[in-house]
Amino acid sequence: MAITTEPAAPTTETPPIAETPQQPPAPAKPEAPAPSKEPKEPKEPKEPKEPKEGWQLNSPLVLTMVLLVVVLVQSPIRQALSAPVMQSWMTVFVAVVVQALPFLVLGVLLSAAIAVFVPPTFFARALPDNPVLAVPVAGMAGAILPGCECASVPVAGALVRRGVTPAAAIAFLLSAPAINPIVLTATAVAFPRNPEMVLARFVGSLLVACVMGWLWQRVGRTDWLRLPAHEPHEGETKGAAFWGSVRHDVMQAGGFLVLGAMSAATLKAVAPASWLRTAADNPVVAILALSILAVLLSICSEADAFVAASLTQFSLTAKLAFLVVGPMIDLKLFAMQAGTFGRGFALRFAPTTFVLAIAGAVVTGAVLL
Amino acid sequence: MNRQAQAAVLFLVGAAMLHAGFTNLYLRYVKAGLQPLLLLSGAVLIVAALATAWYEWRRAKVTKAHAEAHGEAHTEAKSEAHAEGDGHEGDAHEGHVHREPRIAWLLVLPLFALILVAPPALGSYSAVRTGTALMKPYGLSKLPDSNPLTIGLVDYASRAVYDHGRSLGTRQLKVTGFIALDKSGAPFLVRMALNCCAADAQPVKIALTGKIPPVLQPDTWLEVTGTYSAKQTKDPINNGPIPYFQVALAKPVPTPKDPYDESWNQ
Repeated sequence: MAITTEPAAPTTETPPIAETPQQPPAPAKPEAPAPSKEPKEPKEPKEPKEPKEGWQLNSPLVLTMVLLVVVLVQSPIRQALSAPVMQSWMTVFVAVVVQALPFLVLGVLLSAAIAVFVPPTFFARALPDNPVLAVPVAGMAGAILPGCECASVPVAGALVRRGVTPAAAIAFLLSAPAINPIVLTATAVAFPRNPEMVLARFVGSLLVACVMGWLWQRVGRTDWLRLPAHEPHEGETKGAAFWGSVRHDVMQAGGFLVLGAMSAATLKAVAPASWLRTAADNPVVAILALSILAVLLSICSEADAFVAASLTQFSLTAKLAFLVVGPMIDLKLFAMQAGTFGRGFALRFAPTTFVLAIAGAVVTGAVLL
Repeated sequence: MNRQAQAAVLFLVGAAMLHAGFTNLYLRYVKAGLQPLLLLSGAVLIVAALATAWYEWRRAKVTKAHAEAHGEAHTEAKSEAHAEGDGHEGDAHEGHVHREPRIAWLLVLPLFALILVAPPALGSYSAVRTGTALMKPYGLSKLPDSNPLTIGLVDYASRAVYDHGRSLGTRQLKVTGFIALDKSGAPFLVRMALNCCAADAQPVKIALTGKIPPVLQPDTWLEVTGTYSAKQTKDPINNGPIPYFQVALAKPVPTPKDPYDESWNQ
């Protein structure tokens, strides 16, 4: 069984490779796996042709085979994974996924509800017409979405699809995970002797979110955004559209979440913690080091304050940078943003956010801490 | 991955979440307070799987009826398109074929990890690589009068370091944790403290002195009985304070239900 099915699994990986050469006429840059292909609707007369090249395997069959093979060879797999470093990798990997999945599901339900049940006119009325004003309003609205950053990505995607100006949706995307009451309470608990940290985090995060929104307003281009415009189809009931959106978003954002969890687990399990001690001595290096650490660790924004508090040898401003950068951009978020908004967007958005978040944290830190 | 396969994956992921939430498995990875959310999301995923399967079945029926009305040639093209696995809208003639996210195959990985391997809670490997994360508590509660007194490892460490053991005195204490050995082989009793999930878990360490068992395996759980010791050392990784504990008796115990210390969440 194991021998006959083993070759079957890799064949599913082949179609993407086989098909890339056929796509040169498509816009050159974005080759993000799933979402970027969807907007190429003008090309689609080609697509029905593609699958006819002998791929008779369908995915339920492949899935069944993969499951069977893994169950059959599970004891060698377990043995291979018994080394402490692999165990620790697996634990962190599973932990990140298990922790983030409920929030992802919450965000996906909310985003499906926005996409299906809330009429676009609602947002037109709720947000000021002037986009310069809509940005801070949307940024403040982030305070009402309880939970961590995994929930905000699909919700921001749904907002854009629902006609909200991307600048406002970006402000919401960036502020929601950092300034909601749960996260601010956790920050207050983690820094009992520095209550100004809570205020600094709130102000710094909101500031960066608004600046990013305004920046998008000035230089952003909508063709960088590649939203999977999958619903609603005509003739589809609201229930079908709702569950279709939930299914699609869980599968897609979930896949990217797994990707992010894998990289975060790799760093946590492999990178030595001792290099941090040397970084703490120089104030500039300290801020940079903690910002990079926030990106690499990909900790949930509800818990990052505790990790920041434990980095005792660092300055408060460096810790603030950790708290401002982490909820806005990290490996897991980058993967999920690439999935929701397209790779072209994520590649421009992530570095800009990173730099602006550090700058925002330094400015806020200089004034408040 | 077509929609039937997606429904299957959604169902399996939902079932795995429910399984982890109903057993104590989830406590190896996340804080106890997340249990209701885990169960809820597992249930939502299962409902989404069933809804997907149901709408898929209904659409197949509608498409079939539609195709029959359109005649033979069309049916063939359509059933073939369906067999490809992309089988998406079934309305290729409307020019609206789009692919399902291929990245979704990755969701199979945590499924295997959770169901087949179920990795253990973080242990000595992480503990010796990370500095002790002891924080100054903002108030110490009054200890109960029992003797010997069972006290959490983190509680002991913060009373020993920040209260200089005043509330501990010479009382008999019982502390539970797992063993980690540093490079020189010196034994520490460790508890990983957790705020949200294992990715943010950090060790709190106490050093052992007195009647330590001669052979100690890393990751074995021990319940040590003894008294407060005023001796302290520094964790070489982050210069964090590590208090000592004067051991009178050590006995191996099974891994506790919640292997992490969650006292910071209260």
